[in-house]
Amino acid sequence: MAFTKNPQVFTAKVAEVTFGTGDSAVTLGGESVFPLYAFDQEYAHPPVVGIDFSDKGPDRDIPGVAEFYKGAESLADVAKRASEAEGASFVSFTLASADPNGDDAPIEESVAKCKEVADAVTKPLVIQGTGNAEKDGQLLGKVAEALEGKNVLLLSALEDNYKGIAVGAVLAYGQKIAAESAVDINLAKQLNVMISQQGVKSESLVMQVGTATAGYGFEYVASAMERIRGAGLSQNDDMLQAPIITPLADETWGVKESIVSEEDFPEWGPAEERGIDMEITTAVACLASGSNAVILKHPASVKTVAGIIADLM
Amino acid sequence: MALKGLDIFKLTPRTNCKECGNPTCMAFAMKVAQGTAQIEACPHMSADALASLSEATAPPMKALKFGAGDAELALGGETVLFRHDKTFVARNPFAVTITGADADAKLEAAKKVDYERIGEHMKVDAINVEYTGDKAAFVDAVKKAAALGRAVILEVQDVDAAKEALAAVGDAKPILNGATPDNYKEMSDLAKGAGALLGVTGPSLDAIYDTVKALEEADNKDLVIDVGSASVKEAFANAVQIRRAALKDGDRSMGYPTIVNVSKLGGGCPHKETGLASLFTLKYGSIVILSEMSYAQALPLYGLRQNIYTDPQKPMTVEVGNYPINGAGADSACVLTVDFALTYFIIAGEIERSGVPMNLLIPDAGGYSVLTAWAAGKLSAASIAKFIKDADIEGTIKNRDLVMPGKVAVLKGELEESLPGWNIIIGPNEAISLVKFLKERYAS
Repeated sequence: MAFTKNPQVFTAKVAEVTFGTGDSAVTLGGESVFPLYAFDQEYAHPPVVGIDFSDKGPDRDIPGVAEFYKGAESLADVAKRASEAEGASFVSFTLASADPNGDDAPIEESVAKCKEVADAVTKPLVIQGTGNAEKDGQLLGKVAEALEGKNVLLLSALEDNYKGIAVGAVLAYGQKIAAESAVDINLAKQLNVMISQQGVKSESLVMQVGTATAGYGFEYVASAMERIRGAGLSQNDDMLQAPIITPLADETWGVKESIVSEEDFPEWGPAEERGIDMEITTAVACLASGSNAVILKHPASVKTVAGIIADLM
Repeated sequence: MALKGLDIFKLTPRTNCKECGNPTCMAFAMKVAQGTAQIEACPHMSADALASLSEATAPPMKALKFGAGDAELALGGETVLFRHDKTFVARNPFAVTITGADADAKLEAAKKVDYERIGEHMKVDAINVEYTGDKAAFVDAVKKAAALGRAVILEVQDVDAAKEALAAVGDAKPILNGATPDNYKEMSDLAKGAGALLGVTGPSLDAIYDTVKALEEADNKDLVIDVGSASVKEAFANAVQIRRAALKDGDRSMGYPTIVNVSKLGGGCPHKETGLASLFTLKYGSIVILSEMSYAQALPLYGLRQNIYTDPQKPMTVEVGNYPINGAGADSACVLTVDFALTYFIIAGEIERSGVPMNLLIPDAGGYSVLTAWAAGKLSAASIAKFIKDADIEGTIKNRDLVMPGKVAVLKGELEESLPGWNIIIGPNEAISLVKFLKERYAS
């Protein structure tokens, strides 16, 4: 008597969102199965990995990152190099210097940098703002205008600035946006509803539902994502069917395990290895919980996580 | 399948004798139906009724143990596919694999990972010993592994080698992982004789299923299932389908813990093994075997496991007390937050990043976050003052600066009354501002 396979294929599916242009464009979502269950039904659009660098340059304090970007000094060169990272399906550019609590770079300067990067990359582009609602509300609209036609994905629209970004980026310039909420199914749904009411269609809306580093409350992330996917697929809740994108490099490279030096903790070994494994562990856990895309920064993590996704498809 | 309380009640003697500890047979039947009482607790059930009931009320996934004494590990007993539906119960042991050829070096390395995290002792939980054809070397490695005081898994399909290895470990209650469609009868007898769990493996999930069925008919239900190593995709498909068949579709013959050997799936790349171990910690490896376990791998993986196996109804808490950071001593100022583990970790991390020596004080706040604890009355001026007294903070710390979470600034006045002599300082609202706050205030 053979084992009776009982695949779980839902009638509902995760919405499809495409960003980028031409042959390299990436589509997120489209599956009707639980995360990574390609054995239940083949994925039309497997999950993808992006590589991030900031406008202050890549994090050259990490030897492997410095080596990868060696010789690439201008933003355009760094962006080109990032495009070549093995396993990266898209490039993410973070406007760190625009942060009003930091350098507070003027909007025109940030927009010019985005143009330089967008003209240099050969892969789809994610632009990440500062996380400051007021600044991003002004900044992301201007970026959307300057990059019209590039079909970029802008991170992210918050409860306090979604109106301007929805209208200014999606409706006016045809870009894609991510709705950011803090690890809670109800908050995620509420923001999706409000953004939809602005006229943004599902093909333009991605969710960024928050993350935590492995060991730092990841159970909330796993459960939030699993409940969102469950509601979207098994209950056909179309306000929870947007694909999920999860930037996690800043979180995972900021915890003690990734940053304390080998001199201070000799038994722990080289900090870089710890940082890579923290980034990989968290990324794979996010993908297994429901992320359609993860954004990392170390080329070794990008390659490894993309390899695992390929093996599972 | 799941019986209703009334169905169970009909099979009880209905005498309300109370010997099971319940006031009435009806109450007992309801508890059995909910899974909170075992049918065996009633001494007056007929043998027939007992047999039919224990079958029908058995949990959907077997709860098993392997290893002896301090090395004993619990496996299985899961009741839900998603932790938010209830909770996961048996955290997956992480094992490393050795052979006769590399036993000494790898066992020595396996000892290195050894630390505490939120009350949990993190170490390599088990050793997998793989038979590679040299029987003497295999048995020797098995002995050394058992001597390490960790649970042991014997990965061997050769019946003679298995026999000698089992004899070598005595009553260590290992897993004998090597029952195939060809050898399962002999292997089952060996495992039963040694009190070992039997690992079932095979070329496909169908073959594994048939072997499990045959073993169940031969009355061996102390089984674990090896999901195989043909490919990452197949191993993952098997792990999910086995757990799903047991918990969602009620197929008891899939209701066993699984073994996932990522050392055979990672292509020799430690980073890839780490990623795969993360995957199978979430979905649904009961035991995860790696080539090695460095701190770089252990820190994220054990942290992830601790998170995932946290009961959603019981938040993780840290012990009440003083946690000196950055070499803080009696002359260093104090920061106070709550005993919710996540809050503790974030605050401790920020203080570490500031480089400023601070005493981090953790009172009992019911395991809630700052605002929730305050709203629930678990964090008040009285509870903080009581903690300062009970933990003898005034006797051990001379500095009288106490930085409070900004979100409970409202407590300042009361605290100044309750703690005379202390300088109550309102800290920032968010942890992320703590580095700047401490540096500006305390870095000379």
